[in-house]
Amino acid sequence: MGHGVLARIGMTGPAIHLSGGLEGAEATLINGFDITLPASRWSVLLGPSGVGKTSLLRLIANLPCAARFEGRIEAQDQAPLPPRVAMMAQDDQLLPWASAIENVVIATRLRGERPDPDRACALLVEVGLGAEMARKPAELSAGQRQRVALARTLYEDRPVVLLDEPFSALDVLTRHKMQDLAARLLKGRTVVLITHDPAEALRLADHAWIVERQGVTPCTLPATRPPRRIDAPETLTAQADLLGRMGLASPNKAA
Amino acid sequence: MPIALHRIWRGAASFLLALTIWQLVVTLSGVPRFILPGPWLVVQALGAHAALLWQNALWSAGNLALGLSLGIFLGIETALLLTLSRRARWLLRPMLVVAQAVPVFALAPVITLWLGYGMPSKIVTIALVTYFPIASALFDRLMALPTGLNDLSRLSGANRWRETLLLRLPYAVPGLISGLRLAVVYGPLAVLIGEWVGSSRGLGHLMLMANGRGQTALMFAALTLLAALSLVFWIVVEALARWAARRFYI
Repeated sequence: MGHGVLARIGMTGPAIHLSGGLEGAEATLINGFDITLPASRWSVLLGPSGVGKTSLLRLIANLPCAARFEGRIEAQDQAPLPPRVAMMAQDDQLLPWASAIENVVIATRLRGERPDPDRACALLVEVGLGAEMARKPAELSAGQRQRVALARTLYEDRPVVLLDEPFSALDVLTRHKMQDLAARLLKGRTVVLITHDPAEALRLADHAWIVERQGVTPCTLPATRPPRRIDAPETLTAQADLLGRMGLASPNKAA
Repeated sequence: MPIALHRIWRGAASFLLALTIWQLVVTLSGVPRFILPGPWLVVQALGAHAALLWQNALWSAGNLALGLSLGIFLGIETALLLTLSRRARWLLRPMLVVAQAVPVFALAPVITLWLGYGMPSKIVTIALVTYFPIASALFDRLMALPTGLNDLSRLSGANRWRETLLLRLPYAVPGLISGLRLAVVYGPLAVLIGEWVGSSRGLGHLMLMANGRGQTALMFAALTLLAALSLVFWIVVEALARWAARRFYI
């Protein structure tokens, strides 16, 4: 693999400041919050489904969003955020009629720029799809499709990467591998991951917050560096703690 | 048995059954042949008037092909124009909705009055009838890009042109196919209407003449050819649909 191709993996991203409140159609989704997602780190927003996590992510990317937001979202370096953002969602959002490699370069073509097939190939090899480049999404497994989506996100080469539960639909083993891969390849960028799974938050987060109606509150994470082992005692303790904070009564209390 | 062969066999069996029932009805009820000729008489008429039928069938088929092509072309152009231009959408869409409510068949006499008995009036009638289903089915799908692909387009910084070319059009292929399916059903109807309103050639004209002279078997022979013509167009569209499903996975 050419070294130049992947040299920009490890680029750094800006810190992102979020403050304000989110209103749904009928009720308040998230009350006032004021947080800073640190530069070049994995920030995880953890919360139950329907709380408005996706809306937050869409607001960062300046995409249309059903909820009403009042507040500020800005990069700490004051430069505009949306052009520096790449996004990866739970549904892989690949073009069904295009091959894996065509999917990786689609954003370039949409901008009217000339794609760089060598770099696209190198990224597909990097995510372990060297032999599947010409396949269409329907001929790939769910895990492989998410790898294509990851390669596409990396090809975009943006300093801020937004991940909207990208691993939720995968089986446990595939999810584990994808988390490792993403952690390695997105190192150095400002990554915002939203998830409803405390185990995933603990595995990947440099910093994590619980998102709920009352607001957004920081979590205490184990001192180890991500990607953390999910079976380490301190991870398991932290997971029980997080589940408790998200409203799951501990078995002892229940009994 | 290979699937293709099986389908042909199945179609033939079904067709034969229909012919048998038809012949039985004619034989058992004893209806006079100028009211309802049996299939065998129709086959004989097909043979006896082969040259006449063939000439008129070619004329109708040519009109249908040209009219359909024009309708498809204009339908695709309109759908694309409406997708690409907000202004065109604002201005033309209400007009299209209202125009679609006008039964084109009722316009056939006027079209004949304006364009005469020849080919142009037939082509315009067929094109008009096939234009609306194509334009509206394609346009609906062009405007129905899923959120994920919309996000992709926005985050990429695509302009409307490239978004339409690279995302909307491939996504809208099933819409075009639905439009084509409707068009090949309405097209032959438009051929008949056009020729019934005023024409000196074509299968519709021949049916009218044969009917007037009590040559019911010849009328049925012309009807059979028109049905065969529809079937050919239908088979082409179905083949296109299968190819598109394989190529576009949607």
